[in-house]
Amino acid sequence: MKFEHTKPYEDWFWEKNRIDLCFDHVENIQFENKLIRLRSGQSKTYDKLVLATGSVPNRYDWPGQEANGVISLYGLQDLELLEKYSSTTKRAVIVGGGLIGIELAEMLRTRNIEVTYLVREPYFWANILPTEEGEMISKHMQQDHHIDLQLNSELKQIFSDSNGRVEAVGTTKGERIPCELVGITVGVRPNVEFLKNSDLEIERGILVNEFLETNIPDVFSCGDCVQHRNPQAGRKAVEQVWYTGRMMGECLGETIAGISTPYIPGVWFNSAKFFDIEYQTYGEVPAKLPNDMSDFYWQHPEKKASLHFVFQKESEVFSGINSFGIRLRHAVLEQWIKEQKTIEYVLTHFRDAWFEPEFHKNYSHEIIAAFNQKIGSNLKVETKSWKRILSHIKSATYGH
Amino acid sequence: MVCLWGLKFILKYRHSRYHIWRTVVLMICQLFLAFLIPEILEGLNQEQAYFAKDLKFFWPLNYYFFEDWHLNAMAEGGSMGMFYLVWGIALFLLVTPILTYFLGKRWYCSWVCGCGGLAETAGDPFRHLSDKRLSAWKLERWLIHGVLVYIFVVTAVVLYGYFSNQSQIFGIDIYTWFRKPYGFLIGAAFSGVIGVGFYPLLGSRVWCRFGCPLAAYMGIFQRFKSRFRITTNGGQCISCGNCSTYCEQGIDVRWYAQRGQNIVRSSCVGCGVCSSVCPRGVLKLENGPEQDRINDKPILIGRDDVRLL
Ligand SMILES: Cc1cc2nc3c(=O)[nH]c(=O)nc-3n(C[C@H](O)[C@H](O)[C@H](O)COP(=O)(O)OP(=O)(O)OC[C@H]3O[C@@H](n4cnc5c(N)ncnc54)[C@H](O)[C@@H]3O)c2cc1C
Ligand code: SF4
Ligand code: SF4
Repeated sequence: MKFEHTKPYEDWFWEKNRIDLCFDHVENIQFENKLIRLRSGQSKTYDKLVLATGSVPNRYDWPGQEANGVISLYGLQDLELLEKYSSTTKRAVIVGGGLIGIELAEMLRTRNIEVTYLVREPYFWANILPTEEGEMISKHMQQDHHIDLQLNSELKQIFSDSNGRVEAVGTTKGERIPCELVGITVGVRPNVEFLKNSDLEIERGILVNEFLETNIPDVFSCGDCVQHRNPQAGRKAVEQVWYTGRMMGECLGETIAGISTPYIPGVWFNSAKFFDIEYQTYGEVPAKLPNDMSDFYWQHPEKKASLHFVFQKESEVFSGINSFGIRLRHAVLEQWIKEQKTIEYVLTHFRDAWFEPEFHKNYSHEIIAAFNQKIGSNLKVETKSWKRILSHIKSATYGH
Repeated sequence: MVCLWGLKFILKYRHSRYHIWRTVVLMICQLFLAFLIPEILEGLNQEQAYFAKDLKFFWPLNYYFFEDWHLNAMAEGGSMGMFYLVWGIALFLLVTPILTYFLGKRWYCSWVCGCGGLAETAGDPFRHLSDKRLSAWKLERWLIHGVLVYIFVVTAVVLYGYFSNQSQIFGIDIYTWFRKPYGFLIGAAFSGVIGVGFYPLLGSRVWCRFGCPLAAYMGIFQRFKSRFRITTNGGQCISCGNCSTYCEQGIDVRWYAQRGQNIVRSSCVGCGVCSSVCPRGVLKLENGPEQDRINDKPILIGRDDVRLL
């Protein structure tokens, strides 16, 4: 796969749809004159403006972090740097146990570069994943992909040689790890620095209401750079993921085209891939279970596959699921959560949600047997029903 | 050959039971339907007339099926010739439409066919070279349906000649102007030279995509009357482009997936590789009710505000 393949549209697409692509940097914006100044010296005017500047990778002022060979992973430029340094790298150290760090680790392993991975928490991605899943992924990294995973360990400083190139890192545990590359992947923050000395209201991100309007007329914002003034119950003010970015974009497109559309995210979902293991999540699966919630965890005895069901203790209403190594049907999960199905309903109808490729084994029976054993029930798997699936897709798409 | 490359393919895609099954079936078909069973049948019947004995090689892919020498050979071939004649016609008229209705054209293109088998196995390292441009799709539709019309015309003329015992139609020689050019242009140059020889340049399925009249015929069913589709999983697509890159048929799978639309395309051979390379579990090849199979309005799931009506 090459850069060409990542382009979502062919090059003629933009002009045909009367989109004037302009490759330049915005230096500043004069909102009162509706004027945008570009790095090339040109300027542009606008009737309506959408700020979708994304985010920038965090760095926490570690001594030596300016050395050559210290990289982040966000855009094409980072990738080019990575390419440049990786040919002269035997060992790399990655700092920060989240989605971007593990992707970087995977990229480095494809070039046979040794990877030491510093994770501050007791297991991988501990602020999001429950222990069981976090440990499964940690094990997968260590055993199957030979990552030197250092848990409960933080970066303290970066040492460089006389040419200014990284030669080692020091950790809070007092260790010194020789390396030629350091990947800093400790989260991102909204990219709003260049907008700060203006009338635009900014806290962590650009403040918007539910129509994604900023405090300045005709100026809108969406995506990673946004901070919601009134986030919905259970949602964060700054949600920097692909799916929310895309949904905000859809809403804003409609609003600007004349159909005022508030951004109301539905049931939470997300996905990722950790080396060979695909991950999907729907609804609420907290890393630490609150007292009023119960869970049921199933893991395949040999394969890297697991499901984590979470439900309300009293009412047994299903609240969410983490799935590793098993593909599930989005529309079905969304409707189950919305319609407040009970955990029993979910388990007995689980074949409706199964989205694994044809001929792949369906574990519904094993899962329900494990549940029955756990709570002493006698639930049975229902056969898959296209009628139910299609009706879920219909309600997920067109509302009730 | 298909068997050897097939083993390599199985090793590469060992994590997917879909690929294991279809490649095993492919190898069995190649071994038994194309060689062993015909050999055995041949052994039982000693008549020597030559006709195509590959049990899975039928008109219109086998363009000479209805040519006079072939029809005569089958007629002279006694009970076995008769069997092949009836079998060949039944495959085209009955078996193909029915199986394509229930399974999509993949039952043939990715599970049975020899050309397809070679493309899937030996051609696998070249699959990403297929042309993804919209212009290539336009060319594809003209070419492949052109070949389909062409073989219908040629066959109609040849049959006319056979039954009326004439070697000319409207004063034009059938062999020189119909049979020979098709055999040369399509049968040899297109399917053989360009189709296989150009794997490293044009990708692995050039013939299947741009030329094969059988694929075109099944494609029409697949597009308009079939239970097969590639389901897109709600709003899970991240527009990464893996699927489109590795589609050997040059289908821009992402175009559909990122809109939440199912993929229902006449050219899809159901190889299942787009589903395997997708990092987000977005694509599933499946057979289901025809109702709501094609959803051409964008349906991205995940928002609670307006809904499309
Ligand atoms: C390695 C990596 C892995 C990820 N994995 C996942 C995942 O698995 N799941 C998930 O949900 N999310 C993931 N994300 C997050 C997801 O990619 C982002 O949430 C999403 O891309 C944000 O989209 P956006 O349009 O808001 O911003 P971006 O995609 O960042 O776009 C911002 C654009 O604005 C441009 N820009 C910025 N400033 C200026 C300026 N001054 N002048 C001109 N142009 C400017 C930038 O060049 C950029 O093109 C990942 C991110 C990274 C980096
Ligand atoms: S769309 Fe998918 S299944 Fe169909 S031919 Fe392309 S890669 Fe194969
Ligand atoms: S491979 Fe999957 S996630 Fe990537 S563009 Fe295709 S469907 Fe979307």
